[in-house]
Amino acid sequence: MTAVAAVIGGPLAIVTPPAAALVQLALGGGLLMAAAVPLGRFMAAVYAGRSPRFARPLLFLERTILRACGVEAGDEMTWQRYATATVMLSAVGFAIAYGLQRLQHLLPLNPGGAAAVAPDLAFNTAVSFVTNTNWQGYAGEVAMSQGTQMLALTVQNFVSAAVGMAVFAAFVRGFTRASSQTIGNFWVDVVRGTVHVLLPLATLVAVPLTSQGVVQSFGPAREVNVVEQPDGGSGQRLTQRIVVGPVASQVAIKQLGTNGGGYYNANSAHPFENPTPLSNLLELLAILLIPTAICFTFGELVGDRRQGWALFAAMAAIFLPLAALVVLAEQRPSPQLLALGIDAAAGPGQAGGTMEGKEVRFGIVNSAVWAAATTAASNGSVNAMHDSFTPLGGLVPMLLMQLGEVVFGGVGSGLYGLVLFALVAVFLAGLMVGRTPEYLGKKIGGFEIKMAVIAILLPCVTVLVGTAIALQTSAGRAGIANPGAHGFSEVLYALSSASNNNGSGFAGLAASSPFYNGLLGAAMMIGRFWVMLPVIAIAGSLAAKKHVPAGPGTLPTHTPLFVAMVVAVVLIVGALSFFPALALGPIVEELEFVSAARAAGARP
Amino acid sequence: MVRELNTAVRLLAILTLLTGVAYPLAVTAAARLLFPAAAEGSLVDAVGQPTTQAAAVGSALIGQEFTADRYLWGRLSATAPQPYNAAASGGSNLGPLNPAVAETAQRRLAALGASAPRAGGVPVDLVTASASGLDPHISPAAAEFQVPRIAAARGIAPDAVRTIVARHTSGRQFGLLGEPRVNVLLVNLALDAVR
Repeated sequence: MTAVAAVIGGPLAIVTPPAAALVQLALGGGLLMAAAVPLGRFMAAVYAGRSPRFARPLLFLERTILRACGVEAGDEMTWQRYATATVMLSAVGFAIAYGLQRLQHLLPLNPGGAAAVAPDLAFNTAVSFVTNTNWQGYAGEVAMSQGTQMLALTVQNFVSAAVGMAVFAAFVRGFTRASSQTIGNFWVDVVRGTVHVLLPLATLVAVPLTSQGVVQSFGPAREVNVVEQPDGGSGQRLTQRIVVGPVASQVAIKQLGTNGGGYYNANSAHPFENPTPLSNLLELLAILLIPTAICFTFGELVGDRRQGWALFAAMAAIFLPLAALVVLAEQRPSPQLLALGIDAAAGPGQAGGTMEGKEVRFGIVNSAVWAAATTAASNGSVNAMHDSFTPLGGLVPMLLMQLGEVVFGGVGSGLYGLVLFALVAVFLAGLMVGRTPEYLGKKIGGFEIKMAVIAILLPCVTVLVGTAIALQTSAGRAGIANPGAHGFSEVLYALSSASNNNGSGFAGLAASSPFYNGLLGAAMMIGRFWVMLPVIAIAGSLAAKKHVPAGPGTLPTHTPLFVAMVVAVVLIVGALSFFPALALGPIVEELEFVSAARAAGARP
Repeated sequence: MVRELNTAVRLLAILTLLTGVAYPLAVTAAARLLFPAAAEGSLVDAVGQPTTQAAAVGSALIGQEFTADRYLWGRLSATAPQPYNAAASGGSNLGPLNPAVAETAQRRLAALGASAPRAGGVPVDLVTASASGLDPHISPAAAEFQVPRIAAARGIAPDAVRTIVARHTSGRQFGLLGEPRVNVLLVNLALDAVR
C-alpha cells in the first residue's frame, strides 16, 4: 500500500485537504471513542451474563423470549452444537426472507403494488441479508414492498448482526475457559445481543434521524405536480412520485449492525435516508460504533484491557491513513472536466474535486471518509457512488474489503477475523524464535492455525476465482458497464464485496442477472460460513485446553511491536493475494488518470 | 438437530414480531409525535411552507428538474426514464475516465452557454450527476453562477435574486459539518412568489 501511495504521491501533492476535513474527522473520532468505550464495557457485562442494574427491563425481555423459545438457562453447548445452531438460525432466516419476497404481492403492506421478486434475485437477497452482507441486487423502492422491507430485511438486519456478535462471544470463551467442553449457549447469546445492544441502540439512532428528515411513514407514494411544467402547464401535467416507507427504523439498524442494505436504491445518498450533514455524522458513527466498541468488549472479557486497545490500535493504524488517502484522491478534479475548463477547485463556495456520483451536502470529505468507513467496517451502505470515484479513491475501499473485513469489520465478525490474524502473527513469531506460540494464555497448535488459515484464505480464493469465472463467461462480461480497466474493477469490486460480506458495489455493474445473483450468492455464503465455522471450531479447541501461565519467553500481545506485527500480517496477506488483480484494474486506471490529468494541465 | 431447528423457528417468529413489527411501529409513533412533517417526507406547498399532501408541490429534500432560464438549475440527474424520478433513485455510475462524463457535461455546458451571461469556469457540481439523482442542493458557487441569467430572464435586479438565494443557503451545520448548499426547489418557489 505504501508503495502504491508513493507511486501516485506526486499528483496527490497538488491538492490540499480543506481544514474543515480535519475538524470534522477530529469531532467524529472524539464522539466515536466517547461512545464506544463505555458501550464496549457494557457489552462485556451483557455477554458475561452480568447485565447491569439499569438494564433490568431488558433482562426481563431477554428471559421472556428465551422461555418462549424453550431455551433453558445454563444449557451449555459444545462447539459442534453451537455451530449447528448458527447454521440452523441462518437457514430458517433464509427460508423466511426468501418466502416473503416471493409472496409479497399476496401480502399486506404493499401500497406500491410491488410484484413477486424473481427466484434468482430473491435467493441472492435472502443470502445477502442472512450473511450480514446486504448486497443490493434490487432497487429497494421499486422491488420491495413495505412489508418485505420490515419483516424480511429489517429483521435480518438485527438477526445477522446478533449472530456475528454471538459467535464473537463464543470465540472469546475459547480463551477465557479452561478444560471446558462447552462455549456457551447460542440462543442466549443471540437474544442478549438483540435485546441488550441492537434494539436499544437502533431506537436511539432512528428517532433522531427522523428529526433531520429521514422518513418514517406507512403511506403510499405522494404524487405531486412538479413546479416547472412544460409549455406553461397547459398540456399533460408532469408529476413526481415521492416514495415513503418505514425508512428511519431500517436505516438505523442497517448502520449499527454493519448491514448496509438501504431502503432506497441510492442507499444513504438518498435524501430520505441521509438528508443532512448531521444525519450523515450520526450514521457514520453508527457504522463504526459496535465494531469499535467490541475491541473494548474483548479486552474486558479476557481480563486485560490492553489486549483490546492493541487490536483497536491495529485497526486504526490501517484505517486512518487509508481514509485520508481517499479524501486526497477524491479532491482531485476529473481530467476530462478539467480539459473542458470546469472549475473544480475547493473553495468557500463549493467542495470541488470529483463530484460525479456525490451529493452537494456531503461534498468530498464526507463522501470519502464514509467510503473508507463503510468498507473498513463490513457495512456497505454508501452516501456516494463508488463506481464514479477516482481510480485511487475506488482502490482503497476495494482493498479494505479484500483485507478480509478485519479493519473494524462486521459486528463481531470483524474482531474474530482480526484475532485470526493475531493467531497467525503469534505463530509466525513463534517460528522465528522456535517457541510454541501462545495467545492470551492458550497454546496455539496446528489445528487452530489450520482453521485460521482456512478462514483467512478461502474468502481470498473466492474473490479471485469468482472474478476469473465472471470474466471468462459472456454472462459475466455482459454486466460490465464502464469501458477499459474500470470494467474489470467493477467485477473485482463485486466479488471482493460479496466474499467479504461487505455489500457495497461499483453499482454500474448490472448484477441482477441469474449469473451474478448465483455467483455472488455463493460467494457471500462462503465468506460468511467458511469464516464463522472455523472460528467456532477454534473456540471449541481452545476452550478444552488448559491455561498456560505467561513466562519470560511469552510474546506480549499488547505492545506496539505486536500491533505492528498484526498490521504487517494483514497487509502482507492482502497485498500478496490481491496486488496482481489490483494492478489490472484500479492501478492501471490510476496511471491513465494521472497522465490524462497532466495532459489536461493539472500540473505546471 | 431437530431441537435446534425447532428453537430457530420459534426464535425467528418472536424476533420478527419484536424487530420487524414492534420496533418499526414504535419508531413511527415516536416520529409522528415528535417530528411529523419530517417523518412524512418534508413536503412543501407553492410558497415553500411545510404542508400536508393536498397542497404539496414537492419535498424540500427531493430535487426537481429545472431547465427554464428563469429558474435555478440543480445537479444533473441520471435517474430513468426521466431525470429526478423520485420513484427510482440512483447515480450515473460512470467511471472516472468514461467519455460519457465529458459528453453529459458538454450537453450541460451547451445549455448553459446559450444563456450563461459570463465566461469563466463553470462550478463542477453544475455539470455532474448526483449520487441519488435527487440531490436537492447546488453549491453556492453554482447558484451565484446562474444569478445573472435568472435575473435577466425575470427582469429583476441580480441582487434581488441573490437575496433569495442567500435565504435558502445553509452553511455547514453548527459551522462544522458537511458543505454549504443552496436548496434549488425552495429558491425557485421563492422566485415564483415574487412575481
